Amino acid sequence: MRKDLILHLSALSVLLLLELLGIFSDYHQGNFARILVLAAYGVGYNILFGYTGLLSLGHALFFSAGLYASGLSIYHLDYDIGQSIIFAIGISAFISSLIGFLALRTIGVSFMIVTLMFSQIAYLSILYFGSITRGDEGFVIQQSSRFFFSLDLSNPTIRYYSALLIFSLCIFINLWIAKSSFGRVLVAIRENSDRALMLGYNVQSYKLLSIIISGTISGFAGACYGILFGYVGASFATVSYSIFPLLWVLIGGAGTVLGPLVGAIFMFYLIDYASDITDAYMIIVGVSLLTVTLFARRGLLGELRYRFFKWIP
Amino acid sequence: MDLGPYLLFASLEGLVHAAVLSLIALGLSLVFGVMRIVNVAHGEFFMLGAILTWWVSNFVMGNPALGFLLALLIVPLVVGIIAMFSDLLILRHLKYDPEVTIIATIGILYIIQQFALMTFGPDARPVEQPFNIRLDLFWFGFSAYKFFVIFSAIILLFCVWLVMAKTKFGLILRATQLDSEIAQAFGIPISTVYSLVFGVGAAIAAVGAVLIVPIQQAHYLMGGEPLLLAFIVVIIGGLGSLKGTVVAAMLIGISDGIISVFFSPNLAKILATLLVVVVLLIRPNGLFRTIRT
Repeated sequence: MRKDLILHLSALSVLLLLELLGIFSDYHQGNFARILVLAAYGVGYNILFGYTGLLSLGHALFFSAGLYASGLSIYHLDYDIGQSIIFAIGISAFISSLIGFLALRTIGVSFMIVTLMFSQIAYLSILYFGSITRGDEGFVIQQSSRFFFSLDLSNPTIRYYSALLIFSLCIFINLWIAKSSFGRVLVAIRENSDRALMLGYNVQSYKLLSIIISGTISGFAGACYGILFGYVGASFATVSYSIFPLLWVLIGGAGTVLGPLVGAIFMFYLIDYASDITDAYMIIVGVSLLTVTLFARRGLLGELRYRFFKWIP
Repeated sequence: MDLGPYLLFASLEGLVHAAVLSLIALGLSLVFGVMRIVNVAHGEFFMLGAILTWWVSNFVMGNPALGFLLALLIVPLVVGIIAMFSDLLILRHLKYDPEVTIIATIGILYIIQQFALMTFGPDARPVEQPFNIRLDLFWFGFSAYKFFVIFSAIILLFCVWLVMAKTKFGLILRATQLDSEIAQAFGIPISTVYSLVFGVGAAIAAVGAVLIVPIQQAHYLMGGEPLLLAFIVVIIGGLGSLKGTVVAAMLIGISDGIISVFFSPNLAKILATLLVVVVLLIRPNGLFRTIRT
């Protein structure tokens, strides 16, 4: 079997064994379920940032698009879980193609600012249409509607397995993209988009496709997050939720499949720990951003890949 | 009241915010123009200015005008120095790489904001107006202080123009803006200029904060909204252009005021951001085009 496949399967097995052997306490089981879904969001982000080299500051827009599409369709239209997830995937694919089409008219720094602003529109719109979205307060998805066929998704153990399944799905999509010729073109665009263009690749449509895939995975993760944890709120559309995946990817290593997971675990527990000490726990995010940019550009897995394991995808 | 006075009232309110907004946007535009970096922490320097004004005005007892004047002197200086330190300690080591700098300034944003939360607390706190005179404008009374805000902003904008156009320092800035390498070859100490500009940009935003805080309360999260509006202004008005910045700030500020009074502040921001989308569609890359990545 291929080395990279073994690595990722064993990482997933560890996550499975932690649960099967009952190593988790209830508290960490809940945390890890959250981390896995958030890491799936990070995987989505990484496809655009790590592989294609486009730095978006507005991915909370896609995450919350999925979150609200599934949440609102359950809340107002009585969709079941399966329908709402499919609906959310459709909506986030649509929104990411629209945003991609508009934002890709800009490059570099202006791309970052424009995505930041789009995401801010989404946040303000959620507040503005408060009669539908319940604005700042958000709404709870009733436990009675959180059944996937007969599986109760609010049960912590089932929730953990679902989160692991969601994460694994995203990992394998990412792995497949990284190994495909499509993924290699994305990396070529990241490394030198002019050269990729000169070699005859339609850079613009590759970038657009990358945004759509990235946005759709992020939306899917958002939909799953709302369903598994039963809450939909405007806080998920704030700038912070655009910065988190960036930070996870930077810490774990941009352009590595497992990087977002490593970064998400690290940041989740760091923030968890800091929030016991102070209300101003977001200062941790600020310090981490500076530390990463000043001293560790490659991130953890990126550094490992650079020094020892050239084959890590 | 009829529609007319309402509209006048909304426009006047809008004009006050436009005046402050043009100061904030000017700081952002200056930093971008000369250093070619986008300072996402700019809104937090504004917030810092507001909070420091509260400290100073609480420190000075007696006449609120005294505290206000003292704040107008000290606060921009302190904020400017803090900004210069963040340039020296952080941005300089990133070699002003545009994308990495944005990530770093987001880090600075969180650190300043959360530090304010730790020291100043989560409450919004009012600052007393330096003078409390109401002008009777036939249909409604309007605070004379608000006219003072507009007036001061105009004076400051004029001063910035004067410095940029008529002084040696302005010449150095313009030279750096045009081509930093050539400027360096002519003996201009680029890194000192960069630190100064970063400090001055933040200080201008802080002046805006000192002016607005007697009208609007000081709060640790107040930096986000003006940052968004300043981005909008800078994209519509064109970067590094003083005239464009002022015109766009007037347009955005006044329409923001009118839409906020008649409909909702959130709708105003949504519409303003959509305007940016239209600008980008008509002139893709147009106004940020000077950036090389």
